[in-house]
Amino acid sequence: MDIIASLGLGFSVALDPMNILYCFIGVLLGTLVGVLPGIGPTATIAMLLPITFSLSPAGALIMLAGIYYGAQYGGSTTAILINLPGESSSAVTAIDGYQMAKQGRAGPALATAALGSFFAGTVGTLLLAFFAPPLARAALNFGAPEYFALIVLGLLVSIALAHGSILKALAMIVLGLLLGMVGQDIYTGQPRFTFGIRELYSGLNFVSVAVGIFGVAEILRNLENEKGRDVMVKAVKNLWLTKDDFKRIAAPVVRGTVLGSVLGILPGGGHILASFASYSAEKRLSKHPEEFGHGAIEGVAGPESANNAAAQTSFIPLMTLGIPAHPVMALMVGAFILQGITPGPNVINDQPALFWGIIASMWIGNVMLVLLNLPLIGLWVKMLSIPYRALFPAIVLFACIGCYSINQNIYDVYAIGFFGVVGYVLMRFGCEPAPLLLGFVLGPLLEEHLRRAMIISRGDPTVFITRPISATLLGLAVLAVVIAVLPSIRKKRKEVFVEED
Amino acid sequence: MAVSNFSTKDLVSGGIFVVAGAYFALEALNYEVGTPFRMGPGFMPLFLGSVLAGLGLAVAASGWKKPDTEERLTPSWRGIVLIIGVVIFFGATIRGLGFVPVVLVSSFVAALSSRLNSPLFSILLAITLTVMCTLIFVVGLGMSVPWFGPWLGM
Repeated sequence: MDIIASLGLGFSVALDPMNILYCFIGVLLGTLVGVLPGIGPTATIAMLLPITFSLSPAGALIMLAGIYYGAQYGGSTTAILINLPGESSSAVTAIDGYQMAKQGRAGPALATAALGSFFAGTVGTLLLAFFAPPLARAALNFGAPEYFALIVLGLLVSIALAHGSILKALAMIVLGLLLGMVGQDIYTGQPRFTFGIRELYSGLNFVSVAVGIFGVAEILRNLENEKGRDVMVKAVKNLWLTKDDFKRIAAPVVRGTVLGSVLGILPGGGHILASFASYSAEKRLSKHPEEFGHGAIEGVAGPESANNAAAQTSFIPLMTLGIPAHPVMALMVGAFILQGITPGPNVINDQPALFWGIIASMWIGNVMLVLLNLPLIGLWVKMLSIPYRALFPAIVLFACIGCYSINQNIYDVYAIGFFGVVGYVLMRFGCEPAPLLLGFVLGPLLEEHLRRAMIISRGDPTVFITRPISATLLGLAVLAVVIAVLPSIRKKRKEVFVEED
Repeated sequence: MAVSNFSTKDLVSGGIFVVAGAYFALEALNYEVGTPFRMGPGFMPLFLGSVLAGLGLAVAASGWKKPDTEERLTPSWRGIVLIIGVVIFFGATIRGLGFVPVVLVSSFVAALSSRLNSPLFSILLAITLTVMCTLIFVVGLGMSVPWFGPWLGM
């Protein structure tokens, strides 16, 4: 297919005045909600998903994509200004960004984040345009064993660089996989782990699990220590970068973009992995490694670019294979299905206008994001001066209302409370919630493809290593674990994580 | 609570994993397990539950000789009870009482879960949030829920 003609089609869809408006609303809403402390892209999309129900498929998905990278950017803003990352991938930005803000350099930090994101977003979008079609074609050769191997790879890669203890991350993934099995069995219809509650037959609602385990658990943790959670950075002066700053961020932005683009394609926390990997790479390559953790601008530029490049390329597995690379993409799958479209290899052929329209709108969204955010930084800071004690009741209510409005199912609301407590307890005892959510999303897919593969192979497990693609993917998965367990790398992991406190 | 020579964190989180894994594995025995060729609904949960229980033991064991050093904050029981209470209240009454009263009560109680919020502030916050949420969700987004529910005779 001719890329230029396809992109032309895409831009004709994306530049439709209504779609520009949806894109703008999405970016604006995403930034507004994402900039609230403790709310990252997952919770933002979860809450704003219902808004898009009544729109056309293209409009809805363009708006959701806008919300996604708007929230991603908004999350970095809070990470920099008040050291409160809205999600795991902006945790890295907080390390040096917050230090810069404390030194009165919040302006350059925010500007670096915006510019790095824009560059990375542009490259990521181009990669998506060029590589999505061939990947989609390759995806048609994917059978059940390959999908299974791909999911295993995604799950295992996400441990390799996850926070802290590998064992705990692994256990959280398995717990997530098990929680994903609540509901009717796909092949026999047998209800599992439902306590006889009919409303649970269709499984636990992903949004409830996400909002409970991230949002509510985070609130419970913040209530432990009510002092010292006020806005400490009041003055954001000197917005723009100096010439020296530009020189310092150029290379990290490019490297971050490359790392992010590659890792973003992997299902399973690729974007989280990307920002951590970029941070440790920059630290190793820097001439002044001692500055890292004390306000090094490279420590903002690299991870932010990586994060955003990964955000774009993580649409590749979604749009071509129908596999969500991370929880936000799982919500996007939900959005596709609600619009009557099954995400997967066929979207590009059946709905070319939609496919290319979304891609083109991503670039337009990135332009809007920069235009919107650079002048508005002062306003964000004012919004952050709302005290936390007034903010968290609003978060609790938005969570309840948002989850209830999706299916009008009150068990979805109860699930928020249950997973709020579960998430809080696990967090208190040193377990990161992100891997659990990933397992929860991929659990049903893993089971389905494993069972299908075993039926096809008549119960012969060697099918996974005799088929070349699946063997390669499983090999990579093993490699990922080996690298994670190697002591030398472990030491590096510690170096990266120590500075976060 | 501190067991000498053991990390409480690892011990407790490991314990949680063992209990959860055991529950899933035992419950899975009630379903048809099947063979690797034709796996039944119980196969994966039984397998993964056992793996989780094993991982839990490993997590607990990994805390050996690594007692916790940092001091942990005491949980805010008031916060936990009130916030979870609000969530349950919301679910239990949204159909009966309708949007406005439920949101008003919920936001008031949620606000009270912070010790920094005075009752007066909580009332003002509750009214503001109710107006805001009603405008955003019911008027703006057309959420299909009555303003006042059947329990109030409307």
